[in-house]
Amino acid sequence: MEVKVVRRVLDANETMAQENRQSFAEKGVFVFNLMSSPGSGKTTMLVETLKRLGKEIPTAVIVGDICTTNDADRLAQTGVEVVQINTDQFGGDCHLGAHVIRRACQDINLDAVDLLIVENVGNLVCPAEFDMGEDRKGVVLSVTEGEDKPLKYPLMFRVCDMAVLSKIDLLPHLDYDKDLAVKNINTVNPNIPVFCLSTRTGEGFDAWMEWLKNQVAAKKKS
Amino acid sequence: MHEMGIAMQIVDIAKSAIPKNISSPRVESVNLKVGKLTAIVPESLRFCFTVVTKDTPLEGAKLNIEELPVVALCEECAHKSTIENADFSCRKCKSGKLKILSGRELTVSSIELAED
Repeated sequence: MEVKVVRRVLDANETMAQENRQSFAEKGVFVFNLMSSPGSGKTTMLVETLKRLGKEIPTAVIVGDICTTNDADRLAQTGVEVVQINTDQFGGDCHLGAHVIRRACQDINLDAVDLLIVENVGNLVCPAEFDMGEDRKGVVLSVTEGEDKPLKYPLMFRVCDMAVLSKIDLLPHLDYDKDLAVKNINTVNPNIPVFCLSTRTGEGFDAWMEWLKNQVAAKKKS
Repeated sequence: MHEMGIAMQIVDIAKSAIPKNISSPRVESVNLKVGKLTAIVPESLRFCFTVVTKDTPLEGAKLNIEELPVVALCEECAHKSTIENADFSCRKCKSGKLKILSGRELTVSSIELAED
């Protein structure tokens, strides 16, 4: 006997993500989900970003890691509110789901912030699948990873609204085709901006900061 | 990597779909639709499914996975393209303004119960 079901497997996560989105909208908080493989330079980029934001935009950060509070410690030194999620409490999860974000938000005064950045678990596969109620997703790809990563992990690059090519100060030392990397990102997702950044030299930061500030301003207005 | 969690969700969905009036139900198969633009490895999912169905009405059930292609509609010329090799441009006019119609599915479509 066949029983029709037709239920989306990730329904529970998606329902909760929608509830998160509603709550972020009520508070006027722009939520940015930053993803990448491990070691792409997400944390370093965020530390520099938070320094540059200073007190201009009240910001909080949720950091996901399987173990350690290293990233949270580094980010907290910038003076922003940081909530660390160790996913091993949730079974060593490879991503942050909507329920984890909701729980982390209980420790954040959302009325006092305009920007909430979520630094996801380093992984180019699973985080792409899970909506958490964010406004925008971004992916960081460093120039020490292959130019073909976007083609190998199309879902990640497809779901994102922007991409960062990081560590570009290393380019003189590498056989890396930066234009090919950008082209591959735009093959998977033709309409997204790609910011080429170096945290060490500050190159490219102005354009990325402008994008971020514009997103926060647009959310506040809406 | 999160196939175990997905397998557990599938089992929950399948269990809740079993009609209440059946005394000792046995699920023979679960039919699942998986779009190719999902982060799911069918083989891993099958393995996890075998593990999590143990001692449930789904023990021994077959997990039938129907893989669905990534299909997109061009917003410029209205041509429908099947996306392959991660090239998200219209096959006809090369535009990148595409609306994804299918490929993100992860849906339990039906279950089949043993009749005995």
